[in-house]
Parts: sequence; C-alpha cells; structure tokens
Amino acid sequence: MSIYDLIFYLFATLTIVSALMVVSSDNIVRSAFYLLATFFGVSGIYVLLGADFVAVTQIMVYIGGILILLLFGVMLTSNITNVEIKKGTAKILPAVIGIGILLGAVVSVMTRTKWKIHLTEIPQTTSFELGKLLITDYVLVFELLGILLLIALIGAASMARREQE
Amino acid sequence: MVEVGLTHFLVVSAFLFAFGLYAIITRKNAILVLMGVELVLNAANINFVAFSRYSNYGLNGQLMALFVIVLAAAEAAIALAIVLNIYKTFGHVNVDEIDNLKE
Repeated sequence: MSIYDLIFYLFATLTIVSALMVVSSDNIVRSAFYLLATFFGVSGIYVLLGADFVAVTQIMVYIGGILILLLFGVMLTSNITNVEIKKGTAKILPAVIGIGILLGAVVSVMTRTKWKIHLTEIPQTTSFELGKLLITDYVLVFELLGILLLIALIGAASMARREQE
Repeated sequence: MVEVGLTHFLVVSAFLFAFGLYAIITRKNAILVLMGVELVLNAANINFVAFSRYSNYGLNGQLMALFVIVLAAAEAAIALAIVLNIYKTFGHVNVDEIDNLKE
C-alpha cells in the first residue's frame, strides 16, 4: 500500500464520515461545520486526482463563499438559543430503504463496469492549460457564466432586500 | 487492499450522492435541504475530475467541475434569498409546512 493509497483512504473516510454527520446531526450549526470537513475532504480528493486549480477553487468558493452563506442563512432564520431543527421522523425508514437500494445499485454498476482506463500525464500545474481552454474552446460558456453570475447576484440582492408592504 | 483506481473515486462519489439525496428527502429545514444539494453537486464534481484523470479527454472534465462550482455559487445565493423571503413571510423555514403561494 503506497502513500498515495493511504492519503486517499484518509480523505475518503473524512469525506464520507463527515457527510454522514451532515445528514444525521440534529443541530443545524453542527451540520454546517461537518459540511466544512466534507468540502475539505473533497478538495483533498481533487488534489489526489491532479486537479490543483479545482481543489483551490473548491476551498475558496465552497468553504469561503457557500458555507459562509449557509451559516448566514442559519443565523438569519433560526433563534440562536433554539437551533434544534425539526427532524423528519415518518419518512426516515422509506428514505433509508430507497437510498440504500439506489446506493447499492450505483456502487455495483461502478465496480462491475470495465472502465477503459487511460492514465494521462497530468501537467505539473493545470491552471495554465485550464486558462487556455477557457479562452479558446469554452469562451462562450465562460462569458455566459459571467452574465449568469451577474444576474444571480442582482436577483439575490433585490429579492433579499425587498421590503414588506 | 487493492491499489486505488478510478472505481474508488466513483464509489466515494456515489456515497456523497446518496447522503445528499437523503438530506434532500428527509430534512425539513430548507437550509439543510440546500446542504444536501451541495453534497450532490460535489459528488458530480468528483466524477468529472476522476474521469478527466483516467481517460484521454484532457482537462475538459476539470473545466466542467469548475463550471459546476460557479453554478453552485449562483444557486446558493439565489436559494438563500428565497429562504430569507420565506422566513419573512411564514416565520419558519420548514419546507413541509410551506404550502401557500400567497400570504
């Protein structure tokens, strides 16, 4: 077992265990902080796959942006003294059964398929190649995403600030 | 233990997807449903990056992962604005009790 495998199992365990805690914790603030560990583990998996730029973006956007946004959402919509959330009780058993069947099916498909493995040589840093692709093949997507982000920003700000009549 | 390959990453992603779906189905707080959506998006991202590593399509998969991250950021901002409006209107964010379109 190489050091690569060891690090992979470390990050995979971190990701899966903290994701399990996110969905099973009773406290919404605790869920948010377990989500931080999940995002961090996923970012480590990206590094193991040779995607350094995606890993850094994951940390900056997810942990620095989305998680903070979610925490603000928690603070603005719950009383700090009473952060216990309503748990789904009646639907848990059917959900566990259904998700279990789905997970089993997906995992069995993933493990039994003979994937055509073609281990490519990953460049030392991917950001140069990614940037080149972004302004050549994907320039339209790039521009559209910029406009979409602007629309989302303006829409979110105007929706959240609307005063009650 | 076998050597880590493509399958291992796909299995991790399948687990993340299942947990995210579980959160979407069972949770009643809208923000926890959002966390489930983020988990599902992360699972898709792991698949994109893993296939980008283990096939010969270059860096296209990583680029798709970046686009998904951008969309997730936009989605989170819009969804939080909607959740704040729901809280202003109803006084709570339990998605199973919100069944009126008007006040």
